[in-house]
Amino acid sequence: MSAVGLLQLSLLIPLLAAAGIALTGKHQNLRESVSLVAGTLLFASVCNLYPVIMAGQAVELLWLEVLPGLALAFRVEPLGLLFAMVASGLWIVTTLYAIGYMRGHGEQNQTRFFAFFAISIAAVMGIAFAENLFTLFVFYEILTLCTYPLVTHAGTDKAREGGRVYLGILLGTSVAFFLVAIIATWLLAGTLSFQRGGVFSGDTPAGLLSLLLVLYVFGVGKAAIMPFHRWLPAAMVAPTPVSALLHAVAVVKAGVFVLLKVCLLIFGLETLREIPATQWLLYLAGASILLAAIVAMRQENLKKRLAYSTVSQLGYITLGALLATSAGMTGSAMHIVMHAFGKITLFFCAGAILVAAHKTEVGQLRGLGRQMPITMGAFLVASLCIIGIPPTGGTWSKWYLLLGTLEAGELWLMGLLMVSSLLSIAYLLPIPLRAFFSDALPADTGDASVAVREAPWPSLLALGITATGCVLLLIYPDIIYQLIKAGI
Amino acid sequence: MLSHLPILQVILPLVAAPSCMLIRRSSLVWFFSLLVSAGALVVSVLLLQQVIDSGPISYRLGGWEAPWGIEYRIDLLNAWVLLVVTGLGTAVIAAARQSVQREMDDLRQTLFYTLYLLCFAGLLGIVATGDVFNVFVFLEISSLATYALIALGRDRRSLWAAFQYLIMGTIGATFILIGIGFLYMMTGTLNMADLALRLPELGSSSTVLAAFAFIVVGVCLKLALFPLHMWLPNAYAFAPSIVTAFLAATATKVALYLLVRFIVTVFGIDFSLTSLPLQSLFIGLGLVGVFVASVVAIYQVDIKRMLAYSSVAQIGYMVVGIGISSVVAMQATLLHLFNHALMKGGLFLALAGLVYRLGSSRIDAFNGLGRTMPWTMAAIVIGGISLIGMPLTVGFVSKWYLITAAIESDMWLVALLVVLGSLIAAIYVWRLVEAGYFRQAPAGGDVTVGEAPLSLLVPTWILIGANIYFGIDTRLPVEVTGAVAQYLLGGIQ
Repeated sequence: MSAVGLLQLSLLIPLLAAAGIALTGKHQNLRESVSLVAGTLLFASVCNLYPVIMAGQAVELLWLEVLPGLALAFRVEPLGLLFAMVASGLWIVTTLYAIGYMRGHGEQNQTRFFAFFAISIAAVMGIAFAENLFTLFVFYEILTLCTYPLVTHAGTDKAREGGRVYLGILLGTSVAFFLVAIIATWLLAGTLSFQRGGVFSGDTPAGLLSLLLVLYVFGVGKAAIMPFHRWLPAAMVAPTPVSALLHAVAVVKAGVFVLLKVCLLIFGLETLREIPATQWLLYLAGASILLAAIVAMRQENLKKRLAYSTVSQLGYITLGALLATSAGMTGSAMHIVMHAFGKITLFFCAGAILVAAHKTEVGQLRGLGRQMPITMGAFLVASLCIIGIPPTGGTWSKWYLLLGTLEAGELWLMGLLMVSSLLSIAYLLPIPLRAFFSDALPADTGDASVAVREAPWPSLLALGITATGCVLLLIYPDIIYQLIKAGI
Repeated sequence: MLSHLPILQVILPLVAAPSCMLIRRSSLVWFFSLLVSAGALVVSVLLLQQVIDSGPISYRLGGWEAPWGIEYRIDLLNAWVLLVVTGLGTAVIAAARQSVQREMDDLRQTLFYTLYLLCFAGLLGIVATGDVFNVFVFLEISSLATYALIALGRDRRSLWAAFQYLIMGTIGATFILIGIGFLYMMTGTLNMADLALRLPELGSSSTVLAAFAFIVVGVCLKLALFPLHMWLPNAYAFAPSIVTAFLAATATKVALYLLVRFIVTVFGIDFSLTSLPLQSLFIGLGLVGVFVASVVAIYQVDIKRMLAYSSVAQIGYMVVGIGISSVVAMQATLLHLFNHALMKGGLFLALAGLVYRLGSSRIDAFNGLGRTMPWTMAAIVIGGISLIGMPLTVGFVSKWYLITAAIESDMWLVALLVVLGSLIAAIYVWRLVEAGYFRQAPAGGDVTVGEAPLSLLVPTWILIGANIYFGIDTRLPVEVTGAVAQYLLGGIQ
């Protein structure tokens, strides 16, 4: 099959899957096989693009031209391919997990759930392969709207409240800042297509570019830079598979991916370095990393703690992009992958604990390691991956990020990254350690003896796969590294 | 035959109106009105085609030469507006039969269709004519028909709403008449093209200025520009559902056309912008209108009234476009004229379906609607998304042009405010979504509530589909309005 055909397929498969899921809604097993088969096909077609891109071929596709110069068009470039590979690969795993979780938890409206899940993945593919800012914006908004029914899946008042914050912040920032920035870019540069080295000519006033950069950084609310991070903890009302794939991988990574792409292909590293606002935004990202880590330490609810940890880790990626050095970019792009594997595992574990032991608070997890050794073991590995120490892949991304701060001569920021790594040790590691080495609380022993066992096997399999992935990424980072090198 | 198209556009519904009274049987009358509307639509399509091919058409009524006799002059601008009015009118009347049956007794149904055709003829007349006094005549025909149409509502408060509109509308029409009188006094002509030639010679004499002020205020009253909008929410809320859809999709659009026609063609854009601080006035009032009306809309319990306030806000956007007064801004206004007609037409028809089934358009009627009336609810969601201005809907296209125009003219604040306005729209649209999909229908309620009848649902979805179609394949509206804007303002760049 031709490369363009593969690209077309990558965009259409999830959409067809959504239709298939809606049609086969009455037969659970058939419906789930549609999801799994679509996931596998999608992953296969995305992976088949890898050799084409590494060979340096251009893969482009035009859907239609909405207004003169504004087209829905796609082009595969290495960073986008990386993002698409991560998202599509983890979609399969998450589907596996969701089957166990949704049935184990007895959730309502499962067909709607799986259908919107597939549409969200289609939107993610659109973002990953967008050729210009307009296409990217369209799919960015579709992603926001399609994840709304997933966030509010429970249909309770609490879910509605969370959904309001979610939609309010994501829509608000994207329309008020992102869209304005895009239109301004269009008027200044005359194009919205992503280009190596940026689109702005040399004589664009630096003040205006500063303003634009600020608009972009705040406008991409999915990157969850403080003070626009509130939607992420609010979205934790969603079922765990949604939190896992969308709010640890697809949605938030779409946000930082957009920032990465804007820094690299709209501004260009040269220009980025010369804009006065970059320095201030670096400090803002730094503050976001540190503050979110501190807030995470104080969260008792496990999912909330993971959410704030995500806010903090997303700050790393934004910071790496804004450093405007090649090591910083590499670190950022790598962290997209590493954090994806680590965080999805952590959420899988949180969901497994909820389904099997009905526990949601950090304090309740003491001694749980004996009843759920696999889950808590995976939790430990994933924590190490987030913190960035061997034997996990997180080591690499942290390494390159630190290298990036050195290259840019930002010793302060290097210190800040060190401190926040320590903080992440403090908020993550005690959980698995206490689970293994502390005794369960006396009040809990009574009902804990009512045979808490591991979660259903599909869920367990899923978190096993991603935890193994964390370790393998330490040993085989080369595939990713080559792709990123081709992209930068 | 083809050379008589301009008059045919107006005379067809005008003659058809009394014939309705002869037919009497309501379903036959409906079919007859539908045929007439569709005929008018065909005529307007032919006219637009003709204008695009061979330039403006001038038609002399009764063969009298132009400045003495009445001239109908069809250029790109009114050909476009004619198409919008006839297209939306046809879609609305196609949906009318069952909704009208439900909301009115037999005798009034015939009356409704007669009045509708009169109103339709009046609106088309305003747009087609090239004579300012003729404008006034047709304005009165359409207005009187409108007052009666509003008064047909089931709720007794519709009488009061009609009366309120009658007072305000008459003041507006009188203002316009005074303005026309002043113009006639100074120039001795009523023909628009002739006026446009003679007015510059007079400079800015105080009589001309007074005429200009009277006409602008009078038209803005009919347009319901903030703060002259007080009549609109009541009129929309208490009129029969179909009437609301018809008025929202056509009447304010025609008033907007009239504003553009007077400001640009008759007085000349240079005069209009220099003699009064019109630019800042329109931008200011437009934006204040957007914010005030949108915020008020959030707190409405009756959704018809909510959408009415939303209409006031959307009119604000269009007036802002006139205020910026560049080619792109004018294009944005004309695009929004079309797009807003599509959105509000679709939304109000969907509401008509809701009223048909539940007898209410209050927010609690929406509870559980996602399950009981999935198609109607989906139509409302898509229409709402278009209202907010999401990409791939028509709402986005006009917002894009408006923001581009504002930034091009270095009005960054205006661009930002336009964007913020759409966020407020998101809030009131989302109230509907939450009610429809999250609240349960009342347990003791009517369990037999089902989907709206097909005859209502199909036209609704045609309009909603058009919201998406023209949001993706934008060629027709963008090319035509681009040409119109160039034609109107091309000289001043």
